[in-house]
Amino acid sequence: MKAITDLGGWLLNWLEAVGRAGIFLAQSVFRFPVRLNESINLLVKQLYSVGVLSLVIVVVSGAFIGMVLALQGYSILAKFGSEDAVGQLLALALLRELAPVVTALLFAGRAGSSLTAEIGLMKATEQLSSFEMMGVDPLRRVIAPRFIAGVICLPLLSIIFSATGIIGGLVVSVGWLGVHDGAFWSLMQQSVYFDTDIINGFIKAVCFAIVVTWIAVYQGYECLPTSEGIGKATTRTVVLGSLAILALDFILTAAMFGDF
Amino acid sequence: MRNKRTELFVGCFIVLGVLAFVYLAVQVSGLAFSGKKDTYQIVARFNDIGGLSDRAKVTIAGVAVGDVESISFDKELYMGLVKMNIVSDVNNIPTDSSVAILTSGLLGEKYLGISIGAEDDVLVEGDEIYDTQSALVLENLISQFLFKSDDSEE
Amino acid sequence: MVDAYINVQNLSFSRGEHVIYKDISLTIPRGKITAIMGPSGTGKTTLLRLIAAQLAPDQGSILVDGQNVHALSRSDLYKLREKMGMLFQSGALFSDMTVEENVAFPMEEHTKLDRDEIHRIVSEKLHSVGLRGAAQLMPSELSGGMARRVALARAVALDPDLVMYDEPFTGQDPISKGVLVKLIRQLNDAAKITSVLVSHDVEESLSIADHVCILAGGRVIAEGSAEAIRASEDPQVKQFLNGEPDGPVPFHYPEAESSDKAAL
Repeated sequence: MKAITDLGGWLLNWLEAVGRAGIFLAQSVFRFPVRLNESINLLVKQLYSVGVLSLVIVVVSGAFIGMVLALQGYSILAKFGSEDAVGQLLALALLRELAPVVTALLFAGRAGSSLTAEIGLMKATEQLSSFEMMGVDPLRRVIAPRFIAGVICLPLLSIIFSATGIIGGLVVSVGWLGVHDGAFWSLMQQSVYFDTDIINGFIKAVCFAIVVTWIAVYQGYECLPTSEGIGKATTRTVVLGSLAILALDFILTAAMFGDF
Repeated sequence: MRNKRTELFVGCFIVLGVLAFVYLAVQVSGLAFSGKKDTYQIVARFNDIGGLSDRAKVTIAGVAVGDVESISFDKELYMGLVKMNIVSDVNNIPTDSSVAILTSGLLGEKYLGISIGAEDDVLVEGDEIYDTQSALVLENLISQFLFKSDDSEE
Repeated sequence: MVDAYINVQNLSFSRGEHVIYKDISLTIPRGKITAIMGPSGTGKTTLLRLIAAQLAPDQGSILVDGQNVHALSRSDLYKLREKMGMLFQSGALFSDMTVEENVAFPMEEHTKLDRDEIHRIVSEKLHSVGLRGAAQLMPSELSGGMARRVALARAVALDPDLVMYDEPFTGQDPISKGVLVKLIRQLNDAAKITSVLVSHDVEESLSIADHVCILAGGRVIAEGSAEAIRASEDPQVKQFLNGEPDGPVPFHYPEAESSDKAAL
């Protein structure tokens, strides 16, 4: 009996938390464009710290993952004499799965944790209260530009990841392993479809972006304003964010590519 | 100016993202931006479509001239009904041409190959190719070979 | 009867199980400096947040300039807050803006003044706290005392009717304390601002306050002018003013109650 009560209580708490986070998100996004000029300035600042500063890690990981995929794929495909298909393997793996998922995981670790820590610290140093006291809504001023910047940046980063990954794979397979470059491209082009592969990968990245950034800003805003609280919130952002990405990826993949 | 520098970097970042997107679209998926080409639709019925899929290419003499629009089951004739779109430029396919389901390589994708007939009349929108050759199903091939059965497949 | 700017009536507030205020009433006179004092953990900062309506009370009401702050709509409340300035314990300067931008921020948000006008007022405000030379620094480059003076300049940027100071003297060296005392007095006299000061620094607070309230154990234990408080015979007041380690306010934290750290 007690176990069932606990389960019910847990579910209600969980639903309440999700509801609060949803209201929080709606409030921050729909109140955002109060003054366009100022809003754009805030957004540009956040695009810089969320997007541009994540670029290096994304480009480097993209290139290496592409190179590793090419090496691994080549060694197996060569057994069947179809090493030309390495381009096809590379492009499909990157576009459909690896680029959105790995970029989102990197993003949760790099940008998500720093968003949480920054907002948590602003809370701890009473900057958020200070905005409120000045009659300025901190959701609009602090949360909204960060959230929107995250949602814009992650899909762009994911695309850049795919492109660098393919270039990395090209360098290894064509430049080093001696795959014929015409076959590399033509097999890739034959099997990659713009709408199913590229657009679906892009949609995945947008979904991950919304979820990860939402978790990051909400954890920052709701954390206990102590050094321990901020630390825990940052960890939660990375853990919850990563789990959410992987679970969501399964659901999206089943919906997009699973032919039932 | 700290602010201008930030703006410059953000601008570069967005341009880079868009460029990567265009690169993927053009170079990787081979998307042509010439708009949707004019096509006309013809149909064919097969005894066995054996793994042919939507959007598989349709070729004449090995050159892609269109793709498969849809595959469905014809309930009355118990056959696979394939609708395909052929680009309008290729408007001189004789009505007695035949179409076969072919495989690229040993394990590659299935595609349609049209062999040209000799009639003067040409196929137009909604016409059907009656002379079809089904997919090569490995099991059937092996059983034919083993038992030397002489029931021929259309 | 004094002209009350803020009227706290029968206020009760608790955080979870922890009762912070039990049915307290006090008045803050217009145009004067009021010091609210009490031992740590009596929720003095909470009182300021209640006045600013960042927190809602369980019972009772707070009238600011005749308006019940907790019954106001969101937009009316934000309008009222434009007339309030608050100096936070940590200064709460926005860490991504320079000193100048920090002070200019409330004006950019709430007024239609042009750039030059704002720049002029910012320089003037910074000059009044003696930090005009620091206009281009980032908050991280300031010392604690300087940060608090900048925050003070920001709090009075919109020429508010009410300024609330949350522990302005804590962690300051004697010189900074002296500077802050002088600044608070000057601002109050020059602009006829109502000031509310929350502190447990007895000497500094008594030296500038016109009106003093002492809170302990969720109640108001004394209220009156600074002289009246100094002359008080109440053992709790005497213990607090003289800093005696034990007395009516117990040295030991009560053991049975929950030790909720979040409650101030």
